[in-house]
Amino acid sequence: MTTSSLTSSSPSGSRTSLERSPLYPLYRVIGYMALIIAAAAVMLPFAWMIISSLKMNNQVFTVPVQWIPDPVQWSNYIEIWQKSDMFLWTRNTLFLSVVITFLQCLTGSFAAYGFSKMRFPGRDTLFLMYVATIAVPWQAYMVPQFQIFTEIGLNNTLWAMIALQAFGAFGVFLMRQYFESIPPELSEAARVDGLNEYGIYRRIMLPLAIPGIASLALLTFVNTWNDFLGPLIYLRDRDIWTIQIGLNSFIDQYNAEHALIMTGSVLSVLPIALIFGFAQRYFVEGVATTGLKG
Amino acid sequence: MTMATDAPAVREVQPGGSRKPRNAMRRRNTLIGWSFILPNFLGFGLVTLIPVVFLFYMAFTEWSAFGDPEFLGFDNFTRLIGDGSFQTSLGNTLYYSVFHIPLTLVAALSLAMLLNTKLRGVAFFRTAAFFPYITAVVAIAAVWSQLFSADGVINQILGVVGLDPGVGWTADSTLAMPAVILVSVWRDTGFFMLLYLAGLQTVPRTLYEAARVDGASAWQRFWNVTWPCLRPTTFFVTVMLTIQSLKVFDLVFLLTAGGPGQSTFVLAQFIYQKGIVEFEYGYASAGAIVLFSMSLVVTIVQFLVNKRIER
Repeated sequence: MTTSSLTSSSPSGSRTSLERSPLYPLYRVIGYMALIIAAAAVMLPFAWMIISSLKMNNQVFTVPVQWIPDPVQWSNYIEIWQKSDMFLWTRNTLFLSVVITFLQCLTGSFAAYGFSKMRFPGRDTLFLMYVATIAVPWQAYMVPQFQIFTEIGLNNTLWAMIALQAFGAFGVFLMRQYFESIPPELSEAARVDGLNEYGIYRRIMLPLAIPGIASLALLTFVNTWNDFLGPLIYLRDRDIWTIQIGLNSFIDQYNAEHALIMTGSVLSVLPIALIFGFAQRYFVEGVATTGLKG
Repeated sequence: MTMATDAPAVREVQPGGSRKPRNAMRRRNTLIGWSFILPNFLGFGLVTLIPVVFLFYMAFTEWSAFGDPEFLGFDNFTRLIGDGSFQTSLGNTLYYSVFHIPLTLVAALSLAMLLNTKLRGVAFFRTAAFFPYITAVVAIAAVWSQLFSADGVINQILGVVGLDPGVGWTADSTLAMPAVILVSVWRDTGFFMLLYLAGLQTVPRTLYEAARVDGASAWQRFWNVTWPCLRPTTFFVTVMLTIQSLKVFDLVFLLTAGGPGQSTFVLAQFIYQKGIVEFEYGYASAGAIVLFSMSLVVTIVQFLVNKRIER
């Protein structure tokens, strides 16, 4: 399965037969219309978010909709920093995202090597447990987990979020898929040359799995950045809030400030949009890898 | 899994290396294997495995934040059956699932078929469609609340064809759930579209050519070639969509907070409300067992059905 072909314009199955059809021009017109409607449906909420963030508050809800803000209220983007603790929340979120992403990639790829390239009794049973928990929604065991975290004093600390997200089965699963696609002859040859298992992991597998690590890192970073329920449960004190919790409390507090709410939303989405813009290929590959071979 | 990765076999013939007895080699190999898994497993055990096991104990106890657990037997479950808000949450979760699963599946597949063509702009749109899926749900809910408001864009568009309901969707008990479903389909379609796109590229082109030679119509080609070839993808998509639907929380909580009344109050919110807000750990766990069992049963049934068709 070539996942990278997803992003390029690869040949599609039905094209040649379709192109020979006498109705081909008609199909093209219908296709473009469908594409435009779908694009509008996907984009409209984002367009609304950006446009409203630049309006005066009383211009957000008008009949008919005013699609071009006049005057353009850049001051919303200054005001929000004054009215909220956006800076603090962003810092907390960035800290969590970086630490969790690092741990997830490190322990996930390490474990994936054990599951993929080593043979020992109990390995398959253990992996089955990892896979099985993917079918168990977190919402089903968040209560006992909350109780355990409270018992050991993790509740209301950033450590709770790190523990919660850094050791997920997902990272192990994704990295294992990548390692499985690396021919066993490579590690075999390295073993004969006298490299030990840690050396094989470090010097052979890891460099070859860089696209996989990139996918995992980006998906983990984005997940952590966007997580809502985890911080809602575990982060009670204002000074450890993440951007999602902070933004939500801002929305509750200033629920009539429609323009500012959109400004905050744009700011919370912006870092993810930038990362996605630069590295979309790895997101797509990550999804396709875990999706198809699962 | 090939036998070629069998590390001990290789080590034993390795020249220069000490020829340890087979048992010692195997023990050593097991230790090294575990050392790779352990850092992740310690976290995984604490965060996932122990809580899952613990859940089955807690569900049979009366347990609040302050005080010791008291064993109850099945009392929590009998209480659940008679609990009106639990029944509502179960009904709403099913309502949500019944629409969210097929709508997302059809939208994702249609979009994937459309984007698997040679039209201009398709490459850009393939990635753009995925963006809602990685957008924070707080921002999504904030935007859509505005779009759904009484004077919002959606009512204005509907007004053009004379269908403006005149009320904000999230404030109306009959429109709130459709609103939630609409937003979740909007958000999830791009993700599942990617899975379908990847699946479509595994369909052998020669099959389409053969079908054309046999004079198959576009619909026949889809039904007899594309759809059967996509079955593994569809299986995976359905399982994921089902689990996602059963556990839905964030979006509903942020968009409607379960209301108006209890019109969008779902199972996951019931568990959150009882367990995290009201500290009724035991009772919440009983509700969680229901969610757990539903997810598991659905996955197993879908797995078995998939196996059966495969034969």
